[in-house]
Amino acid sequence: MLRKQKREWCCKVSTNLLMQKSFENHVDEALLLDCMRCGFCLSSCPTYLHTDQDEAQSPRGRIALMKAVRDGKVEWDSSIEESFNLCLGCRACEPACPAGVQYGALIEQTREAIQDVKPQKRLEKTVRNVTFNHLFAEKKDLNKAVKLVHFYQKSGLQKVTRTIGFLNLFPPFLKEMEKALPDLPKKVEELAPVQTSNVKVAFFTGCLMDSLFKEINEKTVQLLKLLGAEVIIPKEQQCCGALHAHSGELEKGIHNAKINIEAFDSDEFDYIVNNAGGCGAFLSEYENHLKTNPDFSEKANRFSRKMIDISSLLVKLGLLDYLQSHPKSEAAVVATYQDSCHLRNVNKVFEQPREILKNLPNIQYKEMLKADSCCGSAGIYNLLQPKMASEILNTKMKYVKEVNPAIIVTSNPGCLMQMKVGIHKEGLSNQIRAVHIVEIIYEQIK
Amino acid sequence: MEQHIIQLFKNIVGDKNVKHSNAQLLAYSYDATANFQALPDCVVSPRNTEEVSSIVKICNEYKIPIVPRGSGSNLAAGTVPNYGGVVLLFNHMNKLVDFDKENLTITVQPGMITADICQFVEKENLFYPPDPSSMKISTIGGNISENSGGLRGLKYGVTKDYVKGLTAVLPNGEIIQTGGKLAKDVAGYDLTALLVGSEGTLAIITEIILKLIPLPKTKMTGIAYFNSLEASAKTVSSIIANKIIPVTLEFLDRKTIDAVEQFMKIGLSTEVEAMLIFEQDGEPTSVEKDVQEMTRIAEEHGAIFTRIAEDENEAEKLKTARRVALSALSRLKPTTILEDATVPRSEIAKMVKRIDEIANKYNLTIATFGHAGDGNLHPTCLTDVRDKEEIKRVELAMDEIFEAALLLGGTITGEHGVGEMKAPYLEWKVGEAGLTIMKGIKEAFDPNNIMNPGKIFAKETKKRVVLQSVH
Repeated sequence: MLRKQKREWCCKVSTNLLMQKSFENHVDEALLLDCMRCGFCLSSCPTYLHTDQDEAQSPRGRIALMKAVRDGKVEWDSSIEESFNLCLGCRACEPACPAGVQYGALIEQTREAIQDVKPQKRLEKTVRNVTFNHLFAEKKDLNKAVKLVHFYQKSGLQKVTRTIGFLNLFPPFLKEMEKALPDLPKKVEELAPVQTSNVKVAFFTGCLMDSLFKEINEKTVQLLKLLGAEVIIPKEQQCCGALHAHSGELEKGIHNAKINIEAFDSDEFDYIVNNAGGCGAFLSEYENHLKTNPDFSEKANRFSRKMIDISSLLVKLGLLDYLQSHPKSEAAVVATYQDSCHLRNVNKVFEQPREILKNLPNIQYKEMLKADSCCGSAGIYNLLQPKMASEILNTKMKYVKEVNPAIIVTSNPGCLMQMKVGIHKEGLSNQIRAVHIVEIIYEQIK
Repeated sequence: MEQHIIQLFKNIVGDKNVKHSNAQLLAYSYDATANFQALPDCVVSPRNTEEVSSIVKICNEYKIPIVPRGSGSNLAAGTVPNYGGVVLLFNHMNKLVDFDKENLTITVQPGMITADICQFVEKENLFYPPDPSSMKISTIGGNISENSGGLRGLKYGVTKDYVKGLTAVLPNGEIIQTGGKLAKDVAGYDLTALLVGSEGTLAIITEIILKLIPLPKTKMTGIAYFNSLEASAKTVSSIIANKIIPVTLEFLDRKTIDAVEQFMKIGLSTEVEAMLIFEQDGEPTSVEKDVQEMTRIAEEHGAIFTRIAEDENEAEKLKTARRVALSALSRLKPTTILEDATVPRSEIAKMVKRIDEIANKYNLTIATFGHAGDGNLHPTCLTDVRDKEEIKRVELAMDEIFEAALLLGGTITGEHGVGEMKAPYLEWKVGEAGLTIMKGIKEAFDPNNIMNPGKIFAKETKKRVVLQSVH
């Protein structure tokens, strides 16, 4: 007994020390010291608000914990790990911070530090857990899975899954989202250009958008062509790497970054466009991640500078003027907009999508309360932290219902699916539909 | 803390309202004050006054320190549990209790966010004026414990001027009610006034009656740049001497302006020595008259540029510099130490000069901005806690700044409170007899010293720095 205790004690001490060393290696002390603990971030943090204001679940608390672990001032245990795990990574704390703390970088570094000491590959572990312990544990679930497999094959997802590691996550994800799955892609009608422009746009297609939401990607291309742009889709592009980086696999994320930077490195392109807020933020941060790499710093800077989201690009290409020629309909339906956290908090884009919606002919735009607050999707968060994700979604749906829209518009596939799940959970499928902003624009001007 | 005591707390508030994981203890070990940190033994969230009373009784019986905490935004280490014990949260006690339009009062629980109170009453065309910079996240309970000030202090006063009554739990667990919805009340000692600003050292406040006033109809904002400190200071004195009491009258020194411009690029002139921002509210005609008069006075005293905002949007732009002052400064160095030495407003120019001299003497970067109309300055020292040698110099400089403020008839803290940080200086301001009587009051309330121990009163007073004449 005594020996066992001693062994446990030794193990604890060594985890503690290893964790401290790992934090020293990965977590930038200067970034930690930027936090002056004023607490201005508190009211912006969804997990703080959904835990009855538990400081350990706030950005300020998490930064204090990072620092305490790094300084060896706190003993590593599951409560500390949970605090880091429960962070959505929505980065709503960043615009709220008067001192300019780079929280997104800090939580990425933290997760990398943890992953280094406890390398159970969280992604794989989750997939295994859900796949073996849930999905295949019951026949009923398996039947659903078979249906899903059928969907995979038809949608071409299977092929993508094999080439892109992250999509291994799909079985459990789709299981949860079964009711929210989009229909099989339909043929997208081409739009004739209404103007000419010399703009050349390279399209970053994204893994989710290019598989599950392929139709949206095709509509994206059509809208760009409508406004006279030439669209090129570089073949060598890969998953953006955001999900890896957010899950402590920053190295893998950077690996993908390098592939993408090469794939898009051409003077020809005026813009590199994306239609997924989550990808866009990470893509625009390639330059930060590679600024000390002499081979890539310049290229990464070029890449990130050209990166633009679809709403901003459409506005730049004159979409609003074009919409002026469509008279406003009397019978407009109410639409509301759910911000993509990363598009808003990292790329600071929130006006353009709203401007577009306000100018669509058959839309009456109505802002919902806390549209800028996370929906709980947060990459694969809804899988890893289903309880918190579901509570956050419930709050979101409360605000949706206050506006009572016919349409919820999103800018990111994760948000889109999450909103679909929310609509289904509330039994509102007959009244409300969730769409990507590209879909609603296409639908309204076609 | 022994397990059976934690269990006693759990019996009162339920398991999930007692936090004691490693992460949670660490997360309640600090507030917004740089360089202060200490772990509590547990963190308890009561749901009503009776539960607070039961918790306090246990703490009194076992002599466990108890630290009430709002959002932890205080700047004098007033909510750091430096003797361990219980951190008491008001996350469940954050409701509106009563809104009385006939008596113009609002009754709230201490956990309610200050800005939410303002927003609620303004919808009803009423006004709760105290506006500490942290009001978006600060709790009203915290404001009352610290007697917080804000930008509108010059015309409307500070928190204490709006507290009409309190419900509070004494250290023996008894519940008292002070004041009420009364315009007049002289029944005995004014315990309301005593508890406001007592920093959690006397009792736990559990309900608050606040006074409201009619919401002013309009407001108007102007700015003025000066190329000498004296000119800006004289403008401040002259505005008041001309019997204008603006709602805000804010000051930024050159270092602050430089930092703001570096950070925001809003086209501030970095060639100027000082900037004033003034705002008036009230009836449209008198507001306009006052703002024009203030602009005229500024020009008369040598302002090199003045501007009156044409609308709310422009007013917001003009106020940007003041709003982002602290953030802009904090980005320059890892650690920001913000003080709030306060002098009579007639002494502002001398005080700013003294601060500059002290900064030079100790080779430190100290920028100054603040509420000029209140004489309430925020000398902000930009430093790095890792640089032990520099931190020592910062401490010496702060000693001299306090001393300088006192010599000018001022105080060691205008609105942040004493907390743990300024406890060693309190005697400098209140004197030996003052300190003794304050300690006597503390002992009458809290003989076991369980209420936020180590705050306001230090083990010993700091040695006063050698008196220097003011140049």
